[in-house]
Amino acid sequence: MRTLILQTASKYLLPLLLLFSIFILLRGHYLPGGGFVGGLIASIAFILHAFANGLPQTRNLMRIHPGFLMPVGLGLSFLSGLFPMFLNRPFMTGIWFAEKVAVIGSIGTALFFDIGVYLVVIGASLTIIFTISESN
Amino acid sequence: MNPNLIISPILLPLLGAIVLMGFWANPKIQRRLSLVFHGIAVLLAAFLLAAVSDGTIIVMQAGSWGAPFGITYVADALSALMVLLTAIAGLAVGIFSSASIKSARAAFGFFPLIQFLLMGLNGSFLAGDLFNLYVWFEVIIISSFVLITLGGEKAQLEGAIKYVTMNLLASVIFLTGIAILYGILGSLNLADLAIRVQETPDKGLISAAAILFLVAFGIKSALFPMYFWLPASYHTPPAAVSAIFGGLLTKVGVYAFIRIFSLLFIQDPFIQKLLIGIGVLTMVSGALGAIVSVNLRKIFSYLIISHIGFMIGGLGLFTPLALAGAVLYMAHDIIAKTNIFLITGVIYKIKGSFRLEKLSGLYNEFPYLSIVFAISMFSIVGTPPLSGFWPKVWLLQASWQAGDYWMLGGIILASFLTLWIVVKIWSVVFWRKKPDVINTRVRNELAAALPKNRNAVLIAVGMLTAVSLFIGFGVQPLADLCLTIADQLIDTEGYIQTVLQ
Repeated sequence: MRTLILQTASKYLLPLLLLFSIFILLRGHYLPGGGFVGGLIASIAFILHAFANGLPQTRNLMRIHPGFLMPVGLGLSFLSGLFPMFLNRPFMTGIWFAEKVAVIGSIGTALFFDIGVYLVVIGASLTIIFTISESN
Repeated sequence: MNPNLIISPILLPLLGAIVLMGFWANPKIQRRLSLVFHGIAVLLAAFLLAAVSDGTIIVMQAGSWGAPFGITYVADALSALMVLLTAIAGLAVGIFSSASIKSARAAFGFFPLIQFLLMGLNGSFLAGDLFNLYVWFEVIIISSFVLITLGGEKAQLEGAIKYVTMNLLASVIFLTGIAILYGILGSLNLADLAIRVQETPDKGLISAAAILFLVAFGIKSALFPMYFWLPASYHTPPAAVSAIFGGLLTKVGVYAFIRIFSLLFIQDPFIQKLLIGIGVLTMVSGALGAIVSVNLRKIFSYLIISHIGFMIGGLGLFTPLALAGAVLYMAHDIIAKTNIFLITGVIYKIKGSFRLEKLSGLYNEFPYLSIVFAISMFSIVGTPPLSGFWPKVWLLQASWQAGDYWMLGGIILASFLTLWIVVKIWSVVFWRKKPDVINTRVRNELAAALPKNRNAVLIAVGMLTAVSLFIGFGVQPLADLCLTIADQLIDTEGYIQTVLQ
């Protein structure tokens, strides 16, 4: 299914969708969104790219195997849950920086947990899709 | 003690899974590294049990959200004992699988999955609210779905379909029960629910919810009319997987029974009678199923079912002695059944078959190994002084005191049937002299494969046999612990107060 229109469109859609996925990820703390939806949108960006340009192209673009994102994301979520324990608070307690950062807003352990979820979702869904399309 | 430490048995396998996934492309490192995590898990669990064995209850409110609104983790003596038994069985299975799992399975994440499975098991033992328990059940079944299908043999997939279907059905029923209970009582925290159950006027609906829980946990722990999926699926995966399934997965159901019913539903005399009735039927029908089977792993699958009946019957009696007996039986059963399934794996490695008519003469070839096997096999019968003997004595005594002669008869009958089965296996597989029907080529391949794996396999089996012997000969500390657990289960005031303070 190589069409010129889709190929050209995917070139512009990929960064746009990735940006949108990060927006959804950051929005998620108080509003609908979050790591899971954000991760799905990001993986859609790569899947669309793979549809348009073929799987090898997308693999080159990503450089790393998507499966590798799973342990990285899990590790990030794990550490963000573990972090309060070093401050002698119960596991998963939200710890927040006092000062707000421009654009993003408050930064705390919950954000890193969500980024971890985001990475795991990208890793898992891309591994599944890539494996299926490889076997065809 | 820092309350955070009680969830270390959950966090450690999670860390293990993450690290092992990091070495995805290198199963050789995974094989070695997973042993480190299994080893630390045993130490942590022993430490946790030492902290709560005197009857203290440690509570952790995750995320600092207080009970009954947040996610509560509770470690009492029962939870800690289960965590320790899980860690021991996990270590043995880890050692066994490090040598016996084929690289095709290891390449698709066998070792991280075992860690996830252990995380789910420990999570459900430590969970302090119903919904969290449900979530940990999901963690367990998702990892077990993958473990049971990993390898993709035809028989495996056939077994997996039955296993997945029944377990998903159980999850739906469990969730429905939770929804009804939440609808009536407006809480999910177990301690909070225990108070509200006493106060509510709506006893009829509570009983309805109790029956839903009974069906859900009944499917998971393979009770009388709902056990047919177990012998249909447990004989299909590799020995290490079926060992951890046979030893631990049904026991999570039993643990959930003991925990939920002792806190919420056991005051209802109908539920007590029902549990005893189902327990007796499970004992007898499981043993009858084992008699007619000819596949070694199917026989032991039916024996799992039969022996679940002892624990559920003990819960139904609900006297201190009966509960202590049920918990002690569970402790013995986790170790013995895990070992039995590992042993079946060893027999398969030696003989290349699970079918009784193809097995013979093991005692002549491996006399010492056979003695080790005999210890495990006769401890599940309850031959004194092996580990199965003490809990059976307690259960018999308790049913005699309670005047429950059905239970008494059921235990005796099921024990005799188990004895018959074990003696049959012993005389056929170990003592029968008969030229092997198995062709020599397969035999030579197996003989070539064995020496490389022999040590690890023998260490795993030997370790569990040693634990089993320890339970048999040095039963006193464990028996005291089980009596403490029984007191905690009957007098739930301490549990409720500690959680809600």
